[in-house]
Amino acid sequence: MSDSTNPHSSPHTSAPAHGDGSAHGEEHAHGDTASHGTRGSYLKGFFLSVILTAIPFWAVMTGAFKDPSTAVLVVMLFAVIQIVVHMIYFLHMTTKSEGGWTMMALIFTIILVVITLAGSIWVMYHMNTNMMPMANMADMG
Amino acid sequence: MSDTLLKTIFGRLSLESLPLHEPIVMGTFAVVAIGGVGLMAALTYFKLWGYLWNQWFTSVDHKKIGIMYMILAIVMLLRGFSDAIMMRAQQAMAFNGSEGYLTAHHYDQVFTAHGVIMIFFVAMPMVTGLMNYVVPLQIGARDVSFPFLNNFSFWMTTAGAVIVMMSLFIGEFARTGWLAMPPLSGLAYSPDVGVDYYIWALQVAGVGTLLSGVNLIATIVKMRAPGMGFMKMPIFTWTALCTNILIVAAFPVLTAVLALLSLDRYIGTAFFTNESGGNPMMYVNLIWIWGHPEVYILVLPAFGIFSEVTSTFSGKRLFGYSSMVYATLVIMILAYLVWLHHFFTMGSGASVNSFFGITTMIISIPTGAKIFNWLFTMYRGRIRFELPMLWTIAFMVTFTIGGMTGVLLAVPPADFVLHNSLFLVAHFHNVIIGGVLFGMFAGINYWFPKAFGFRLDPFWGKVSFWTWVVGFYLAFMPLYVLGLMGVTRRMRYFDDPNLQIWFVIAAIGAGLIAIGIGAFLLQIFVSIRNREALADHTGDPWGGRTLEWSTSSPPPEYNFAFTPIIHDLDAWYDMKDRKYARPTTGFKAIHMPSGTGTGVILAGLSTALAFGMIWYIWWLAALALLGILGTTIVHTFNYKRDFHIPVEEVIAAEDARTRQLAAQGI
Amino acid sequence: MSAQTLTKEDGKSVSFYVQDEHDHPEGGSTMLGFWMYLMSDCLIFAVLFATYGVLGNSYAGGPGPREIFELPLVAVNTAMLLFSSITYGFAMLAMDDGKARTMQAWLALTGLFGLAFLSIEMYEFANLIHEGAGPTRSAFLSSFFTLVGTHGLHVTMGLIWLVTLMVQVSRHGLIAANKRRLLCLSMFWHFLDVIWIGVFTFVYLMGMLR
Repeated sequence: MSDSTNPHSSPHTSAPAHGDGSAHGEEHAHGDTASHGTRGSYLKGFFLSVILTAIPFWAVMTGAFKDPSTAVLVVMLFAVIQIVVHMIYFLHMTTKSEGGWTMMALIFTIILVVITLAGSIWVMYHMNTNMMPMANMADMG
Repeated sequence: MSDTLLKTIFGRLSLESLPLHEPIVMGTFAVVAIGGVGLMAALTYFKLWGYLWNQWFTSVDHKKIGIMYMILAIVMLLRGFSDAIMMRAQQAMAFNGSEGYLTAHHYDQVFTAHGVIMIFFVAMPMVTGLMNYVVPLQIGARDVSFPFLNNFSFWMTTAGAVIVMMSLFIGEFARTGWLAMPPLSGLAYSPDVGVDYYIWALQVAGVGTLLSGVNLIATIVKMRAPGMGFMKMPIFTWTALCTNILIVAAFPVLTAVLALLSLDRYIGTAFFTNESGGNPMMYVNLIWIWGHPEVYILVLPAFGIFSEVTSTFSGKRLFGYSSMVYATLVIMILAYLVWLHHFFTMGSGASVNSFFGITTMIISIPTGAKIFNWLFTMYRGRIRFELPMLWTIAFMVTFTIGGMTGVLLAVPPADFVLHNSLFLVAHFHNVIIGGVLFGMFAGINYWFPKAFGFRLDPFWGKVSFWTWVVGFYLAFMPLYVLGLMGVTRRMRYFDDPNLQIWFVIAAIGAGLIAIGIGAFLLQIFVSIRNREALADHTGDPWGGRTLEWSTSSPPPEYNFAFTPIIHDLDAWYDMKDRKYARPTTGFKAIHMPSGTGTGVILAGLSTALAFGMIWYIWWLAALALLGILGTTIVHTFNYKRDFHIPVEEVIAAEDARTRQLAAQGI
Repeated sequence: MSAQTLTKEDGKSVSFYVQDEHDHPEGGSTMLGFWMYLMSDCLIFAVLFATYGVLGNSYAGGPGPREIFELPLVAVNTAMLLFSSITYGFAMLAMDDGKARTMQAWLALTGLFGLAFLSIEMYEFANLIHEGAGPTRSAFLSSFFTLVGTHGLHVTMGLIWLVTLMVQVSRHGLIAANKRRLLCLSMFWHFLDVIWIGVFTFVYLMGMLR
């Protein structure tokens, strides 16, 4: 992650204006307003997404996988891949944008999402097992 | 008028909603009304409305907004503390057959309001206010990244406070405790407006807080002065960054959970109900996923303040700056891995409880590291026992005790005995008062001269300090004892007369704290009166080390005539050390954002929306919602939101500063 | 001009103030700030997904996924959203080229696809409610309607924003401020498609696999 110092201090006056000379990470100096995409990259992303959507739908609708757990894994895998495709081709995610901050924010968010999802499901599974009425009644028999 | 017509116009609002039969509330209303009318009259008489609107309410200046947050917090402190005094009085007297002076119906609202107000409308605004005021100055910036959003955030927080205050006089507040757990908070058991007031106050204020978080992250990342790499940032700015990351990461969870509760209450969904497959335990789980990071949101800025104060008043660089930064980052991340310790007893079993018990114990370690760093900073320093330093020392002792009781509670078997007892109540007040509040008082005394140009009166400050500290211990140590004896929290009266003495001691402590608060208000009043004698003419009354002390007190609107260039940690100390010379010529016009009334309007409309939704006045809610949407869209059509401070004004301000410094021999 | 310099021992001079400062161009923080907001929005959806994960098996004797999900319709809906993403992408390319009219056309197409998505979704919801499988029937249905409905609400907000921006571009052209706003909406729009991937996978497809 680059040292994102103030990009608006004049880069062209006397030597110390940029302090530690960090112009890196600022690939577009002032108020970046370009979208970073190309026709080719959008189309590639689009076609990849179509395939990555069509296959899971087909798999589930035709019952192609005999074992539901395999189907679940495949479907989830395709979802993850398609999300990455969207991130790269549509959202133009790179490790460089905003000095690496967008990537770091994304990773942090993903970690928290995983903690929230996995944590809640794990905790609530145990709570339900121990505390929900139907389970208790079975124990009491 | 027909019933249906009345219901359509007024929803479930009626004359019964007014607390005409409650003498305490009516008495409060009388005082508030007289005071309020008096204030309005004075403002009108002195023709201050224009000034207030133009210079304060519509201001997007982070300094003004920071001050307004502090004023909001102090006003709400008085309300929240009144609730505390009422509870202490009730519990001290409710023995030997007496049920005290508060009905259960009233008492339950008091402890709920106390918690909600203290966390959301005292602690959060104080923390936000100080971060708002100080961070841009510390990083050498002229304002935050999104000045309009800053103003809007403040007004949304205020709107939330207004909604809570409204519940005192129209309808009633929730009777569920500050986290409003279902099924009690569901429609079946709380069909009245109380929980709806709670939900809407928090949702409105929550929007403000979330946007504030986004704002300060962007500011710290993008607007630091050249040369200020991350490891050269002041430590308070570091803790502010981590706090705001926590805000952006945690508050959405609160928003979502409260929305789910609202859906249960408004359209009858089955999220947290007992029927139709709902699961109230899921609410507890989700609300604490928010709730635990929330307490770190409150305490991290306080830690930042203590770091700044300790190094300034020990005359030494902070010991272990890097380890402080890493400790803060580690706390930030671990804050997400401990939430279940708030409900060990809900029944998740040994494996889950052990995991969270261990993570909870681990999270105390980085905090411990910080305490050692502060002590090592003080070691061999030339310590000046000014008020900020006094508060810091009190914090170190008090918070350590509170932290230790926290580690005790982190052990699940111990928690099974102590959960929801007064021991728990003592613990969290110990860390919140000892940590957050003492930090806020340190920060207020430290930065007040910067904001207003004169120091706070030391005598009344010390009166406030000693009464607060002694009062705190008297008020809360008995609660540890009571908790260990098995007394449950939120009880209105007791059968065992042996308990009474402890409650009486606690009440005396609360009385001392009341004096402390009074002394604090007196301190402000006396300081204003004696502001000439207490004046700060240099901008650096304490021999500070960070950039805010390089400006005048108060700073000019634009903060810095020239953006500073940073070469080292403790940038201002570095500048003084290397005998920098302040530029006195070559000034230019300065580009600044313009003020706007949109924030006030949107917050007002949000209050109307909340009121309509609370009272089922659907036409009002719909109109308000449309108004919010319309105002937002119209606001975006205004592209011209900035202006330039003319160079003459800059020259005048800087020349005045030059003369001021010359008069001090600088 | 006062150049406040101090000569260091190694002969390099050190300045403490930026002398030749230009006005900050507006909007330097906008993209980062908006991304942070999107991350917070992501967490709202995380809570809704978690709620669906925990409560999604509680049918309360009512219908489960297999009884109510119509995958063909969902597939069409997904296609609508995916098309809207590519049309928005083409709008951005036109914006980069400074072609305001072409861009407006692509934006309008995006809006139409978005509207189609919402219409299909509202049709689905209306049918379910009509059949007695509304959001109050069971915790499963509450979670379903809230998760999918919140996504739909976001799409609605996006459409309102889209129309507003189209008006603003037609009034002021492709000025920097409008471009920034279009880029923010772009992030928002694609983000909603990412969330939809989560929705159709975890709710619809996995629902049928139970």
